[in-house]
Amino acid sequence: MSKGTIRNLLRRDTRADRVVPPTGFTAQLTLFVSGAMAFLAVFALALSLASGRLADRWASELAGAATLRINAPTDQRAAQTEAALNVLRQTPGVASARALTDEEQASLLSPWFGSDLPLDALPIPQLIEIIEGEPGLDAAGLRLRLGAEVPGAVLDDHTRWREPLVDAAQSLRRLGWISVLLIGGATAAMITLAANASLAANAQIIEVLRQVGARDRFIAGAFVRRFTFRALFGAAVGTLLGMSGVLLLPEASDAGGFLTGLGFQGIGWLFPALIPLLGAAVAFLATWSAAQRKLKELS
Amino acid sequence: MGTGVIELDNISYNYGGGELLSDVSLQLQPGSFHFLTGPSGAGKTTLLKLCYGALLPTSGRLMAFGEDIATTDRDQMALLRRRIGVVHQDCRFLDHMTLAENVALPLMVSGRGENGTQENLTELLGWVGLGGRLEAHPPELSGGERQRAALARAVILSPDVVLADEPTGNVDWEMSQRLLHLLVELNRMGKTVLIATHDLSLIRAAKSQVQARVLRIAQRRVQLAGADL
Repeated sequence: MSKGTIRNLLRRDTRADRVVPPTGFTAQLTLFVSGAMAFLAVFALALSLASGRLADRWASELAGAATLRINAPTDQRAAQTEAALNVLRQTPGVASARALTDEEQASLLSPWFGSDLPLDALPIPQLIEIIEGEPGLDAAGLRLRLGAEVPGAVLDDHTRWREPLVDAAQSLRRLGWISVLLIGGATAAMITLAANASLAANAQIIEVLRQVGARDRFIAGAFVRRFTFRALFGAAVGTLLGMSGVLLLPEASDAGGFLTGLGFQGIGWLFPALIPLLGAAVAFLATWSAAQRKLKELS
Repeated sequence: MGTGVIELDNISYNYGGGELLSDVSLQLQPGSFHFLTGPSGAGKTTLLKLCYGALLPTSGRLMAFGEDIATTDRDQMALLRRRIGVVHQDCRFLDHMTLAENVALPLMVSGRGENGTQENLTELLGWVGLGGRLEAHPPELSGGERQRAALARAVILSPDVVLADEPTGNVDWEMSQRLLHLLVELNRMGKTVLIATHDLSLIRAAKSQVQARVLRIAQRRVQLAGADL
């Protein structure tokens, strides 16, 4: 189909559009389906974009830090900690390194052991927080050096935490996009059904139009315009309602976790504006293809 | 093939497992006037439908304006139909549109007539006596008004051929004479006219106004009718 054909099909011609009766259940069906699907598409899109942001955040936050654990007898812990800090100060890619205080370590353990944990009476390893800088930490090289100089040091570069979390977030993002595609497919199927029903219900009108010399393009155009503009309107309303729903969701917070981060940010707010246009494009193609089939069948 | 605007050459048409028309040959010469008669179910409507390409023959060759219908695509067929005006017995209007819109439908589908359309339309509807009914909807019209409106729609593109299927089937004698007069007038303007009817009194009435050829469908074939009409 050429650009010119598409332009001609979509060019509003109020007189030509009048040949298709304006009422019928297909009108309500198209409006409802496109509205409902656009509403769902907004949430699927929000889920996908939020998952993408989460994956990026988890990846960058966990990738930018590492933890060094000093498992040493109590009398050697301070010396090994100092040795480890020395090694870290000389290691390229380490922006900063510091040993956690007793209070910080107690705070980390408090969810499991309570707030009055006697840290000095327990063989708790000393933790060192490492913040990565440029050009990035060579974890394998650092492990070798620590193994030689600080025998009780165990480096955790968060890879085993980071990968499953990032994988999970990326899977959510994929599911979001698959949902958008399924919504598009379901919309196309429903509009095809509605267009077929409308074409069948108006078979007599098509016969009259043919008899007075109408080309298939004219007849198809009247139906295509009707369904495309209905879908555009329905999807616009559905998108507005969906975006209102997203706006009403609680704002992102650490306490709320992932669910409160569901929504759009920055340029992401522009993406839902594409939903009505995509809905109209889906309706255009579905109706055009249904009309071509039906007109061939009726000839 | 000859010089007819519509030519049927040994056309057969099967319907419902049987042969409805068999080896029909017919030429409609430009400017000629034909009646097609025969009993109900003989195939008059089918023959008309073959003439304007709504049906394709089972065998034989059908030419319209020199084009072989069998090799004509749907777009070309649409252009050919603009040269053939058809009046159906049941008129076939779009009930949600006004009379003026229905009559102007051929102009609309052919992309013609923004300029002067309204004037031409009013003039045409005046010619068929419906000048004051432009905004009426088809269900509001009487049988005679519907037939006259159908005739107006059939001729609005100034076609070369006018085919009428029982145009006087649902109207009284006076109205049938009026419709006949309009069709004769069209013929005098140079249009080829073919009227399918079982109303022999209409044919007799026409004989005093126009030189008409009367064809009869009998036993699946088209024959020239005798003087008994």
